[in-house]
Amino acid sequence: MSKFVIAVYVDNKAGVLTRVTSMFTRRGFNIDALTVGETENPDYSRITITLDGDDYMRQMMINQMKKLYNVKKVEVLDDAPITRELMLIKVKNNRETRSDVLDATNVYRAKVIDYTATELCIEITGDPTKIDAFVKLMEPYGILEMCRTGIVALERGAGTLLNK
Amino acid sequence: MKMTGAEIIVNTLIEQGVTDVFGYPGGQVLNIYDALYKNSDRINHILTAHEQGAAHAADGYSRATGKVGVCIATSGPGATNLVTGIATAMLDSVPMVAITGNVPCPLLGRDSFQEIDIVGVTLPITKHNYIVKNIADLADTIREAFSIAKSGRPGPVLIDVPKDVQIAEYDFEIQPVAPKIPLPKAEQSEIDAAVDMIKEAKRPYIYIGGGAAGLGMGKEIMALAEKIDAYIGCSFMGLSAIPNSCERFLGMQGMHGHFASSLAQKDSDLILAVGVRFSDRATGNAAKFAKNSKIIQLDPDFAEINKNINVDLGIVADVYDSFTRIAAALPRAKHPEWNELVGSLKAREADLEKKAEERAKGALTPKKVLDIINEKKPAHTVIATDVGQHQMWAAQYADFDGPRRFVSSGGLGTMGFGLGAALGAMVGSGDPTVLITGDGSFGMNLNEVATAVSYNIPVVIVLMNNGVLGMVRQWQTLFFGKRYSNTVLGRQTDFVKLAEAFGAIGVRAATPDEFAKAFEDALAAGRPVIIDTLIDKDEFVLPMLPPGGSIDDIIVNKEGEGNE
Repeated sequence: MSKFVIAVYVDNKAGVLTRVTSMFTRRGFNIDALTVGETENPDYSRITITLDGDDYMRQMMINQMKKLYNVKKVEVLDDAPITRELMLIKVKNNRETRSDVLDATNVYRAKVIDYTATELCIEITGDPTKIDAFVKLMEPYGILEMCRTGIVALERGAGTLLNK
Repeated sequence: MKMTGAEIIVNTLIEQGVTDVFGYPGGQVLNIYDALYKNSDRINHILTAHEQGAAHAADGYSRATGKVGVCIATSGPGATNLVTGIATAMLDSVPMVAITGNVPCPLLGRDSFQEIDIVGVTLPITKHNYIVKNIADLADTIREAFSIAKSGRPGPVLIDVPKDVQIAEYDFEIQPVAPKIPLPKAEQSEIDAAVDMIKEAKRPYIYIGGGAAGLGMGKEIMALAEKIDAYIGCSFMGLSAIPNSCERFLGMQGMHGHFASSLAQKDSDLILAVGVRFSDRATGNAAKFAKNSKIIQLDPDFAEINKNINVDLGIVADVYDSFTRIAAALPRAKHPEWNELVGSLKAREADLEKKAEERAKGALTPKKVLDIINEKKPAHTVIATDVGQHQMWAAQYADFDGPRRFVSSGGLGTMGFGLGAALGAMVGSGDPTVLITGDGSFGMNLNEVATAVSYNIPVVIVLMNNGVLGMVRQWQTLFFGKRYSNTVLGRQTDFVKLAEAFGAIGVRAATPDEFAKAFEDALAAGRPVIIDTLIDKDEFVLPMLPPGGSIDDIIVNKEGEGNE
């Protein structure tokens, strides 16, 4: 089992995301995260999928995705793509812990985006491992709520997926 | 020329070469039916008793002719009644276009009367599907649907058309028939690799499936078998691709496959798989399947390579092209030891059949029914079936004299498929058509006898009547301690009177002589006939590989005995 990231170009049309995700359910592929958004070309959306699986599962997933008519390109991103994720996290705010939380926020180059007497809301962007580490760091201070976007990823260099 | 959406639908169907459609009218397809009425001299519509029958008829039409079958249904229940038929076509890769009406666009999503999201419902059971909300896209969507349905690995496509789109007007210009999108040709290095592997083989087995049957490449396959001294076996879906008269054809392999075919596959050292998907019913326990053989797989669908069985070489390309190039590059070969081995398997099979015949003591056994059908049926007869024991007996014992002569639900195993499919097959092919069915399956959709009568489609229905759900009962006998839970029907249906009530001919046969006479008369009747054929409820489909078992676990007789 290993973690991999798949980038998919699909037609930017209603219902296409359902076609892709319902296929995952049907074929028993369990995904960790999925993000979708517009691309440089308004005709296409880009879906980034992160999942754990073996080689068989990875190949089956790619094959079945390629069979969908609205899927234009499927690519497993190479070993070290640029990956980023955004998280919003709400942590308890009190006199005892405030300076520790703010120090950590600074060190992680995160941003405080809301501040009340009882909570701090922090925005952090980065590689998923960095986000994981930040979550772990915040746990003792009392996490009230958090949400993560799932990763987006691009390969390094001048090449583009559509021209590959 | 300006036309309404409904007229565009009908004219695009005609443009795409459609001559027959099957369907059922309703509120949201009134406009389409009006356009069909106005164009009834150019396109023939057959009204079935139920939308499911229309879907199976379109499917049977396609299987028997190779053309794209078309069915039409209204929104809501009309559309959902197509679902089993569409799924049946999907699992067997049958090209089909289903057109459904829906409520007008402004009413979509409001749980309007007879509104259902049929695109959502059929997402997993279509090759692709559409809802057309813009009249400008309508004709091209239908053209694309035909192209998708028949290209590569074929399959069903559904087009949902809201009523306001059927009413709106738009320009229509006739275009050429949408082409099949050609598949890429195999690389020469792939062909060379396959040729090298086959040259090494001492015990070659050509294993063909629905993909090969659909391409009608039986002659080429038989020629290669002759050239390299190979034997041919098939999956259920590969039946009728090779005429049973071919000496090198061992028949179907798999769960209920011919003894010699399944054993020869196991004993082979090379399997050339053509258009098969290695279904669990064909392979048994995948881990034990063909352990001693190298496997080459030719298929149009890359997702079928290494899906169920790991192969040594997969060639994803135009199957006919790959096959004929491999065949041309191979030198002649002789394998006397292989001939001897297969000869002994055939002898053992003949011995098993002889013993079964002796045990039958002249009774009307299922095999006897098929023997009589084989003897009396005219050339080019299409044999359609439902699903269950009778289907497997037909698969084992029916003789086919050409491709597209076997119409049966393989992948989905749809009870109730047969009658609608037989009608579609007969309408499409114009050839004599025999439906072999059982009292369980027939009970599911026998309403289509009304369709056969009203259009005078003279299908011969051989109803193997044993009063039980035989296949499930067989499993209960073997694996559930003879606890016959809900498989003994205890119905009092008189199928002769039922036939007469529908306006068809009904006749009963309990002995081989009675059946032979009834079958001959039925072929000559020129009207639909039901032959209520009484068989023993304890007949088994044999041989059998138990579910999850391998060829080593084969059961060859009713006592549950194995090989040797």
